[in-house]
Amino acid sequence: MKLENRTQLDDFRQQCREKKQAEVCKILVCGGSGCLAGGSEKIYQRFKELVEGKSGVSVEIGAEIAHTGVKKSGCHGFCEMGPLVRIEPYNYLYLKVQLEDCDEIFEKTVCQGEPVERLMYHDGTELYQRQEDIPFYAKQTRLVLKNCGHIDAEHIEDALAVGAYESFEKALFEMTPEAVIKTISDSKLRGRGGAGFPTGRKWTQVAGQKEKVRYVVCNGDEGDPGAFMDRSVMEGDPHRMIEGMMIAAYAVQAHEGYVYVRAEYPLAVRRLQIAIAQAEECGILGDHILGTDFSFHLHINRGAGAFVCGEGSALTASIEGRRGMPRVKPPRTVEKGLWAKPTVLNNVETYANVPMIIKNGADWFLGIGTPDSPGTKAFALTGNVKNTGLIEVPMGITLREIVYDIGGGIKDDKKFKAVQIGGPSGGCLTEKQMDNKMDFDSLTKIGAMIGSGGLVVMDEDTCMVEVARFFMNFTKRESCGKCVPCREGTKRMLEILERIVAGNGEMSDLDELEELAQMIESSSLCGLGKSAPKPVISTIQAFRDEYIEHIQDKKCRAHVCAKLKQFHIDESKCKGCSKCARNCPANAITGEIKSPYHIDNDKCIKCGTCMDNCAFGAIYTE
Amino acid sequence: MGFMTIDGRRVEFTDEPNVLSVIRKAGIDIPTLCYHSDLSIYGACRLCMVENDWGKTFASCSEPPKDGMVIYTNTPRLMSYRKLILELLLASHCRDCTTCIKSGECRLQELAHRMGVQNVRFQNTREPLPIDSSSPAIIRDPNKCILCGDCVRMCDNVQGINAIDFAYRGTEALVTPAFNKKIGETDCVGCGQCRVVCPTGAISIHTNMDAVWEAIADKNKKVIVQIAPAVRVALGDLFGIPKGENVMGKLVGALHQMGFDEVYDTSYGADLTVIEESKEFRERLSSGENLPIFTSCCPAWVKFCETRYPELAEHLSTCRSPQQMFGAVAKEYYSDSEKNGGKEIVSVSIMPCTAKKEEILRPESCTNGKQDVDYVLTTTEVAAMIKKTGIIFDQVEIESADVPFGIGSGGGVIFGVSGGVTEAVLRTLQQGHNRTEMDAIKTSGVRGEDGIKEFTYDYNGRKIRAAVVSGLANADNLMKRIQNHEAEYDFVEVMACRRGCIMGGGQPVKPEVDTRDARTKGLYDTDVNTQIKKSDDNPMILSLYDTLLKGKEHKLLHRNFPE
Repeated sequence: MKLENRTQLDDFRQQCREKKQAEVCKILVCGGSGCLAGGSEKIYQRFKELVEGKSGVSVEIGAEIAHTGVKKSGCHGFCEMGPLVRIEPYNYLYLKVQLEDCDEIFEKTVCQGEPVERLMYHDGTELYQRQEDIPFYAKQTRLVLKNCGHIDAEHIEDALAVGAYESFEKALFEMTPEAVIKTISDSKLRGRGGAGFPTGRKWTQVAGQKEKVRYVVCNGDEGDPGAFMDRSVMEGDPHRMIEGMMIAAYAVQAHEGYVYVRAEYPLAVRRLQIAIAQAEECGILGDHILGTDFSFHLHINRGAGAFVCGEGSALTASIEGRRGMPRVKPPRTVEKGLWAKPTVLNNVETYANVPMIIKNGADWFLGIGTPDSPGTKAFALTGNVKNTGLIEVPMGITLREIVYDIGGGIKDDKKFKAVQIGGPSGGCLTEKQMDNKMDFDSLTKIGAMIGSGGLVVMDEDTCMVEVARFFMNFTKRESCGKCVPCREGTKRMLEILERIVAGNGEMSDLDELEELAQMIESSSLCGLGKSAPKPVISTIQAFRDEYIEHIQDKKCRAHVCAKLKQFHIDESKCKGCSKCARNCPANAITGEIKSPYHIDNDKCIKCGTCMDNCAFGAIYTE
Repeated sequence: MGFMTIDGRRVEFTDEPNVLSVIRKAGIDIPTLCYHSDLSIYGACRLCMVENDWGKTFASCSEPPKDGMVIYTNTPRLMSYRKLILELLLASHCRDCTTCIKSGECRLQELAHRMGVQNVRFQNTREPLPIDSSSPAIIRDPNKCILCGDCVRMCDNVQGINAIDFAYRGTEALVTPAFNKKIGETDCVGCGQCRVVCPTGAISIHTNMDAVWEAIADKNKKVIVQIAPAVRVALGDLFGIPKGENVMGKLVGALHQMGFDEVYDTSYGADLTVIEESKEFRERLSSGENLPIFTSCCPAWVKFCETRYPELAEHLSTCRSPQQMFGAVAKEYYSDSEKNGGKEIVSVSIMPCTAKKEEILRPESCTNGKQDVDYVLTTTEVAAMIKKTGIIFDQVEIESADVPFGIGSGGGVIFGVSGGVTEAVLRTLQQGHNRTEMDAIKTSGVRGEDGIKEFTYDYNGRKIRAAVVSGLANADNLMKRIQNHEAEYDFVEVMACRRGCIMGGGQPVKPEVDTRDARTKGLYDTDVNTQIKKSDDNPMILSLYDTLLKGKEHKLLHRNFPE
């Protein structure tokens, strides 16, 4: 049905609302990647069978399941505790649900409205029935992710019922493009892609260009290892992002837009395709939107898996069908971006913030977060923390609050060591920085950056040299190969780090690492190269002693670096059976039958065969 | 317009496109490996980084100059970065410098030396890659490639061919034709401009020096050689002679000394081309058919036209190129046993061009199944051969080229500059040959450095619409316009290399911009000093039509002519 004007849209939205309110009970089975891996698909199927014929109950899942009429929602965020099942209207959240639990949930909760307490969150002292009360959620401020997991992402009616396109409607009918830009500028919204560039300033610059053909591009090429905030938005609430782009397009008077999504996000691509198609069908996207003079078309481009395509100029090159390689600036993307035309390029989360700001005003937004970094930020909280998952917090929150209040502290009550923030472009934050504010400027001050929002919590069992090697391996592999510092420099930094974790490092390696790091940081062409040495620099700064231990003592205190492990035989446990010696491929174990054996660590190749073969658990490493 | 402060000195800038140009203007040769004023800004080598007064570093090639800018070009930090960048490049580069063809002219070698890289701390872990010698024009050695992208941008920006591009990424990145084809299997036209900009030995001329040495040494062979116009104003570059100076006399002397039996001038072949092409053009003009006529003396352009615009290829003149006309005539001449003295004739040409090496292998470059020209040596190769003999070029006594093919008109000589062919044809179309008439042609718009020159010229009461193009990207642009009927011409001259053969792919590589102007001037000056301006006034040619060429004009002077 094509909506011809504003009244028709408002009437249609009202119908959608009424329809949604008519639902008595809703079972929301999480279909995020984590929960799917935990078996949420089977759980969903079972609920489908159970509710068959029962009117007023609907089942939703975030997975792609080929059932007509089945609703689909996005990730709920509490990935650590998956598979998750939420029952509305009670807002009960059941954790680690197994197939066997489905019948009980159905009988008790769906039929009688009673909770199944054994499946609810319990922190040792207290039981939390409602999802919103669980500390993991209670400490969050979910604005961008508000609808994720709560609406059907494949039906525009569901999105309209919770207010989608209200802000666009307001901008289109009640505001001039200049007023829209002013509101965004006043709100001090900053780009969520990493650098934190003021969004309003970007839009102003594009709007001020002489060239009248302009483009709006969305960067959905989320490539940091472990980051999945943008994916969750695109999968769970695609209309919010599309609406943000449309508002941007109206503000700068662009008529074409592109969403650049990683091809590794097939579900996001599909959801976006559906969302765009439905919006077009309704007349929300397309020519003469809602009977006005404003036209806007949106296209999807899939990235072929190069991390560097997250860089603006590489991204636009890739859309144009050219090699995804950053170019020198100036000219900047705002002057000559896509097809060499002025281009607004923002990331998914940035666009997803826009509708709320237009709806509630700049002052409302300024009330959240810090004065210079207002609003919230979504993070993917992973690593050695009790509650991993997708979180959204106000800017300015401390790392301690994230790790201990939302994350629930370190897993297995181990000692906290560091948090890697911003993925391969970011740095490590240590205990000392736990009470540091998490916002753009405060993090930059201490040599870290928000980046795209990956937070990897590391405990005492993490080797910081290995962490640096891991990230350097990533950037080296993802370097496009254009500029010399990044292409050749990261290769050599990786070689040195590999040498150190293999026990072949020398003290001069640290100087070489620092020499290379400084050059790469100051000389690389694009952000990928400039920030590539950050994980190494920050770990050398905070954990220099660990590097020295690896180099001088050939020791890895976290027992992570395989080549540095020392295998020993506990004489009190060894029965002298000789099995270890017989299986050792390096002939490093000697001894006499029925008396304790001995491992010569100079000969040992650290393969662990002896340990696997010992029936008495007599072999240990240090 | 404005002033900036470079290393504490006030420097004025006007229309310089970037800070780098201002720095160079200020007399500082800031190192670069990927910057060429003719190519798009790439910003990959990072050697031209400078520091501003807040300690921020940026690449000077991509930064527009601003009034009041304060920069430093040689802080300790910048110097150490540059040294490290060069060390890193050398570490992943084949370091057989002593046996590299580029040794002594290699920009990487020069800069590493200048920056004081005396120790490379990193191992070369790159797997050796096969050398691609599939093209008769150039050889690609990926082991020496530093991925500066100069060749890629030359092939794209200036030549519009795109035979090579980057593939893979990071340390695996490679410059290669698509789908891992060999360069000889692509649409590469062999212009060799990639080799001109390559800072290392990754792209070099496919040489034929050894075969020529062997022929010279063979008592049963008579080796004749022709010298193309553009060679004489460029060869001196490699012997410390002022740029653009005509060294034809010395070259003839040196070649005689080296053992070449007869030394001739390709200008003679160019005169033949002018006469034949003018004839063909007149015919087309009077019939009004198959216009415009496209010149056919540049083999890179001919290949480009045949592969990219096959539907327009019939517009190409049927004339062979000067090299091939000369080759066919000379072989015919020496087929007489009195003239060849019972020896096998080996025909060599010295060309500014790598594509000429490909041209001699084309089917229509053969007569009776045999190549008309056996080997092509580029200017660069001839210089290397002279150096090998120890002949001190500067001290060689000048000699004149041999008869009967050693005399060319001024029209033949200016073939080496873009516009030269057109100018020579117009001279021949013109009845008279007084100075006023010659000057009218000169100032018609045919001369000048533009990549596309369009002008009209009054001839027999009609206006000839001419276009003179150099650089194949410009040609591509023009062809599109012709195809879409956006432009109409009667005469179109195309030279594949910008500014013509003087800047050909086989010429000594001189990065300085004034090289082009000096070489252009060198050829025009030679024309000025030549009494015979018009090709059809060349007395050695007039007699040829009555003798050797009688009844054989089409066989020897035209291509694709049905026998």
